[in-house]
Amino acid sequence: MIKVKTLHKKYGPVEVLKGVDITFKKGKITAILGPNGSGKTTLMKSILGLVVPQSGSIFIEEKNILGQWDYRSQISYVPQIANFPGNLKVIELIQMIQDIRPGALHHKRLIETFKLKPFLDKKLAALSGGTRQKVNLVLAFMFETPLIILDEPMAGLDPVALILLKDLIAGEKAKGKTILITTHIITLVEEIADKLVFLLDGTVYFYGRVNELKEKTGQINLEKAIAAVLKGTYV
Amino acid sequence: MFKILKYSFMDLMRSRWSYVYFLFYLVLGFVLFFLNSNTTKAVITLMNVIILLTPLIGTIFGVMYFYSSREFTELLLAQPLKRSTIFAGQYLGVSFSLSMSLVFGIGIPFVLYGIFTSSAIWDFTTLLFIGAFLTFIFVALSFNIALLFNDKIKGFGFSILLWLFLAVVYDGLFLLSLLIFDDYPLDKLALGATLFNPIDLSRILILLKLDISALLGYTGAVFQKFFGTPLGMMVSFALLSVWVILPVVIMLFQTRKKDF
Repeated sequence: MIKVKTLHKKYGPVEVLKGVDITFKKGKITAILGPNGSGKTTLMKSILGLVVPQSGSIFIEEKNILGQWDYRSQISYVPQIANFPGNLKVIELIQMIQDIRPGALHHKRLIETFKLKPFLDKKLAALSGGTRQKVNLVLAFMFETPLIILDEPMAGLDPVALILLKDLIAGEKAKGKTILITTHIITLVEEIADKLVFLLDGTVYFYGRVNELKEKTGQINLEKAIAAVLKGTYV
Repeated sequence: MFKILKYSFMDLMRSRWSYVYFLFYLVLGFVLFFLNSNTTKAVITLMNVIILLTPLIGTIFGVMYFYSSREFTELLLAQPLKRSTIFAGQYLGVSFSLSMSLVFGIGIPFVLYGIFTSSAIWDFTTLLFIGAFLTFIFVALSFNIALLFNDKIKGFGFSILLWLFLAVVYDGLFLLSLLIFDDYPLDKLALGATLFNPIDLSRILILLKLDISALLGYTGAVFQKFFGTPLGMMVSFALLSVWVILPVVIMLFQTRKKDF
């Protein structure tokens, strides 16, 4: 369980998170939605400790994690933009991460699943965006952790890989893992998410089940419901 | 930390620039001996090169490495590692690989031309030591600047300015102040001003080691009196160490508050 309490984050004069209060339930898939710049990535990066918030606290399993580092062994993270050192080969990168963070279990299976074998000896700079994203997924999912954070994991993936990813997420959920995911693909949210957080202007605008948002806005499909939320506030 | 150090080190060892740097010193060393085979003279010429070049290369490499390894850093930050471990590892990786290029690049020609049997062996070792010190100092300073600015161009600009200031402008200001306050006793001021610039400090240290301080005139005598003693030597090496430790501590402190 992750508990976020009145989290504030400013980048210079820009206030991105204005007191976010939220609890992510254990064993559930929570989708974080919101327009660009609403603070989705900042919220995730705060949980990971990549971003240092000005005030507020974050608890993972009742432990305050701000300023800590060892709790990250409980988290697998797929960053939004897969940037890797370009002069390394794929296999070298995977081995390097394994060396730095012992305990990888599933890399062989994942390389198999995403058909990355032919790319293992290629330099990361030479890979296409989609292939790089697959490497990104391998790096995160090869660890067995109770918490998985995915920031736009679908970016650049082809339909086949997308299905593989969905299966992968479903498999992890079946193991009882807590999963946070941001995405702009609404159909995917409807398909896999248990709960939905809607961030708007740095605050939690809505938190609940997918159906609740539909009821709240009086729309039958989620896409329209979200559009209704955005219109209501943009005008 | 050693794993990060290892990977940063290997990453730099793969890069072409480490070899260029190494080859430059190698060629320089051989050319110096080709022109005259006197090791003491070669040490003096080398000093002039090392004292300006190691800070410059340390600064540029430090900034370049920091910005170009940003992706790698972000990847590491999401792993269960302490921030200080990551940055200390990277810092040591860069500093060690540059120092290696220096030591091997210059060491090989000197060894081939018989430095071990020459009387200049200690001067030569001091020179290498100081070159390594300057590398560690300026890589730390450049890491600090790179942490301060997210913009690459700004980071580069400021670190080059820093080098320019410490290597050139500082001396100019120093000389100017000597001219203006000509009527006052300036030996203490001169001594103090030297201690606050790692490049000047290194230069004086080597000059005194080489026993050519007579060239420095009256101030040289004051310096000889201070630096020539074992205490002076210890103080100046301690100060060089402070020049390494202080920027590193500030750097580690900066990383704690930085957003990625």
